[in-house]
Amino acid sequence: MDFELFTNILFATLRTGTPLILIALGEMVCEKSGVLNLGQEGMVLMGAALGFIAAVVTGHAGLGIIAAILAGMMMSVLFAFLAVTLVSNQVATGLALTIFGTGLSGFLGAGYVGMAIDGIAPFPIPFLSDIPVIGKVLFSHDPLVYLSWVMFGLIFWCFRSTRLGLIIRAVGENPEAANAIGIPVMKVRYGAILFGGAMAGLAGAYLSLVYTPMWSEGMSAGRGWIALALVVFASWKAERILLGAYLFGAASILHLVLQGLGFEASPNLLAMLPYGATIIVLVIIASDAAKAKLSTPLALGRPYRPQV
Amino acid sequence: MFNITLEKRPSDSKTMSYLSPLFAVILTLISGGLLFSALGQDPFHALYTFFIAPLTDVYGWTELGVKVAPLTLCAIGLMLCFKARIWNIGAEGQFILGGLGGGYIALELLEAEGFWVLPVVLLCGALSGLLWGALTALLKTRFGANEILTTIMLNYIALNWLLYGVHGPLKDPDGFNFPESALFSDFATLPVLSDDYRLNISIFFALFAVAVVWALMSKTLLGFQIAVLGEDKAAARFAGFKEERLIWFVLLACGALAGLAGVSEVTGSVGQLNPYISPGYGYAAIIVVFLGRMHPVGIVFASMLLALTYMGGEMAQMDLALPKSLTGLFQGMLLFYLLACDLLISYRIVRKPAVRAIGSSSNSAQA
Repeated sequence: MDFELFTNILFATLRTGTPLILIALGEMVCEKSGVLNLGQEGMVLMGAALGFIAAVVTGHAGLGIIAAILAGMMMSVLFAFLAVTLVSNQVATGLALTIFGTGLSGFLGAGYVGMAIDGIAPFPIPFLSDIPVIGKVLFSHDPLVYLSWVMFGLIFWCFRSTRLGLIIRAVGENPEAANAIGIPVMKVRYGAILFGGAMAGLAGAYLSLVYTPMWSEGMSAGRGWIALALVVFASWKAERILLGAYLFGAASILHLVLQGLGFEASPNLLAMLPYGATIIVLVIIASDAAKAKLSTPLALGRPYRPQV
Repeated sequence: MFNITLEKRPSDSKTMSYLSPLFAVILTLISGGLLFSALGQDPFHALYTFFIAPLTDVYGWTELGVKVAPLTLCAIGLMLCFKARIWNIGAEGQFILGGLGGGYIALELLEAEGFWVLPVVLLCGALSGLLWGALTALLKTRFGANEILTTIMLNYIALNWLLYGVHGPLKDPDGFNFPESALFSDFATLPVLSDDYRLNISIFFALFAVAVVWALMSKTLLGFQIAVLGEDKAAARFAGFKEERLIWFVLLACGALAGLAGVSEVTGSVGQLNPYISPGYGYAAIIVVFLGRMHPVGIVFASMLLALTYMGGEMAQMDLALPKSLTGLFQGMLLFYLLACDLLISYRIVRKPAVRAIGSSSNSAQA
């Protein structure tokens, strides 16, 4: 395998892993607060659709990103209202959010299928991008890839050494105790869900404005679900999410590798790989159930109703 | 600020559990009307076009049946899983695999003649779906993998498998390079009820499955065990029910039923394999189960409503020039409103007691 191909593969791996990082980090924060939001896929699709529409209508990709974040947040408010305020079943509500988001994004985006835009241009970091190999692999990306690293750093730091991180964890481990010491449990959960929505929307914008600058129905192709598996795989640790997302990124672009090695394989068969990999990951997680249980937020999925 | 609050009922309200779907439908209609007027349509005319116009003639009702059959078959299988609290989201993949497996055999038997062809094809379809369900059961019972995520992944794998088939080995050599298989022979095609309509005998498969599952759940020990497992795992274990065996049973049954739905679709109204054999029936069936209150009879009615959303979407596209994806939007709204209304089953809305408000404010004054 020649060197250029190797560099290209690493470059593509980072690009492919980015939406997964964004979704999974958002979901991790949400789950740390004790809320299981299975609606990631719906929020990503809404972000992708509205981000693309806003970019087409205004002509500014930056406004598209803002629209996508807002779209993700609007969807997550819907979830938060049902799951936190109305204490509905989180599994069913998350599924509903995905089905609703898939339908709504398909409806809103129907007039924009097949349109092309310029998308967000890569932004090579001066000097750093001139370094051989590393410069191309790490520092020649579009701004959202760098943003994913910034978000990773912030979240890592938040849960490692800030009071906010402690508060979110307290709410996810034992909401009753958190409430007793004066933490506003509902507000923290709303905040965490909104953050998850914003990140999912951002990931949607990445898909429709950067990764493939276009809109098509269901274009997130299950990434929201893969990210959910990733969070468990990473046992709710930001650094392991980063690692896991790039591993999945590598699995998703295996066709590049195979083509480089001279293999011809059906694109449809290769498209199965990330899904198959997810199943294998799920099996691995489950085989170490005791350890997984140790890192799972204790109150995950359990609705909390304050005693009046 | 709000003067009302939720109060837990002493026990769940049975009335509410029947009224909730009705409320959800009404709220969906209201929201739909608002949406249509926002789109510059006359809301009443648009709602009429979406929900009533498709059913104004016999043809419309038979077309409803064409869609009710696969929805009911998938939903009745999912119901078994949900009753046991197995969150199987995989009916879509099992449906596709049923279509693919049955379709493959039908293509192998293109030259075959005789009335044995169709039963063989149907059986292979159901078996393919069953095997896909078995994979989930294996992952769940042997490895303890979360079934929500594994079934969704299996759905995507099944879809890509179908795409591989119609773009590759199963593509019609005389088909001008379209991603479609050859048309199945007459011996591998489900008989229609009347030559004027597309409605075929798969509607009887669906009704038969409903009757069998209804009897299973209300008359047999197995059904009772499934229900207990879903209600209270510890009680089921204490009673000595074989949990793993029950999980296998519900997932295999659902796989076979969804597979039968898939093969009935390709040998019925589609007549060949193509990338669009399922308009999301497996996902819509999830809504059907919740809307039908996890009861076989309720599921039949809920299937009719969901089938109507597919027809309404097509009607709105033709008559109002609105995108067909209205279908998904209405389905999503329906499920959302249903979940919100279901809250009224175990909670009731009460006014906040005034006494307590005074008490709490005097407390804060003291503090």
